[in-house]
Amino acid sequence: MSEEESSVLEKPSVRVVLYEGVGGRALESGRRRELLSTLLKAGYPVSRVSTGGELAPADDSPLIVLGDFADEQLPSAEVAGTKGRVAFHDVNGDDASTLVERVENFREEVSGREAKEWLPWFPVIDYDRCTHCMQCLSFCLFGVYGVDEEQQIQAQNLDKCKTNCPACSRVCPEVAIMFPKYHSGPANGDEVKDEDVHREAMKIDISALLGGDIYSKLRERREVAKERFSRERDEKKALSERKRCLSKLTKEMDVPPEVLASLPSPDEIKRRAEEAARKASEASMAKRRRDFEGDYSEN
Amino acid sequence: MAESRILYCHCAYAKVVPEETKEQVLERLADSGVAFEAVADLCEMSARKDPALKRLAEGGALKVAACYPRAVRWLFQSADANLNGNSEILNMRDSKAGEVCRALLGEEGKVEESVA
Repeated sequence: MSEEESSVLEKPSVRVVLYEGVGGRALESGRRRELLSTLLKAGYPVSRVSTGGELAPADDSPLIVLGDFADEQLPSAEVAGTKGRVAFHDVNGDDASTLVERVENFREEVSGREAKEWLPWFPVIDYDRCTHCMQCLSFCLFGVYGVDEEQQIQAQNLDKCKTNCPACSRVCPEVAIMFPKYHSGPANGDEVKDEDVHREAMKIDISALLGGDIYSKLRERREVAKERFSRERDEKKALSERKRCLSKLTKEMDVPPEVLASLPSPDEIKRRAEEAARKASEASMAKRRRDFEGDYSEN
Repeated sequence: MAESRILYCHCAYAKVVPEETKEQVLERLADSGVAFEAVADLCEMSARKDPALKRLAEGGALKVAACYPRAVRWLFQSADANLNGNSEILNMRDSKAGEVCRALLGEEGKVEESVA
């Protein structure tokens, strides 16, 4: 992963504590709501501390504690467990947007860089369903999938995933791939029904069209309609076939047109498909070997 | 008063959770007097493998107001954080704000269904 790509996912986390516990006055209801909502919309996690209820223990992430601190009694108990940097800020006199600016300044101070916006769209694998068949690895042309040291499938390069493209979830024969922000089930994480498994499995042939088999399809067609294609250049034919496949993908697999427009050249698709197929084949072989060794040692 | 810890996800980067539901749940939590954790977007934290997810998942029962339980569970898992068996996941995509608040806060979380 390049430095530019990795920085999106390495945004450091700053935790905001909205303090209304001992030593701090309770905020007025409307102000508390506005602050919470504004901070969350700006992307910050907020722990609301009050005299009731329980919170998770402190961790090492930097903390900024906001509150109306009575008699300047700062809530040292709340931050006792943290090893990260801590800042306190009295909210009196600041409106919600000014407070968000202060939090953002604190974040930049501790991280040394600006936050990059990234829409968190990426595949989440349900390992209760996944059989590590490597279909997703073979299919995805953007290099999102990879295998770990045990040759098990993983979603590895999440920031390479194309926003709003759910195509890999549609080719998964086990319906094991979710996109939690997708509009409908089961790809959004909703319960998987028997009919979903059949419907998703039927899509595999379509996926094969994009993953390099486009060329074998072309060869088959060439045999059938040699005469018709003989005067056309190969590239033109490939382009036309690709367009046909892509239009099918848009309609049947809900792949956004902008994702299709960003696809690499046919040669690059072929190269990537071959590379992905090689990785998938290696992983499958390693899995078979492991299964065999497991069976052998049991007997 | 709620016995479990509470985690609320604002799903800030998509419009898949009805705006009305998540705002009402947040307001009710804010007004409840109970301590709780709110995160901007669980997906984003999971993608970054934010260690805070581990902190949130560890240490006893947790009630999570977010989206589909299967998705939430594996979002935690992909960040190397395992939700324990005591955790309860409440789906704000499908449930009304009143139902979610009651599950989070008990009777005191009751809100008017007519506006949920």
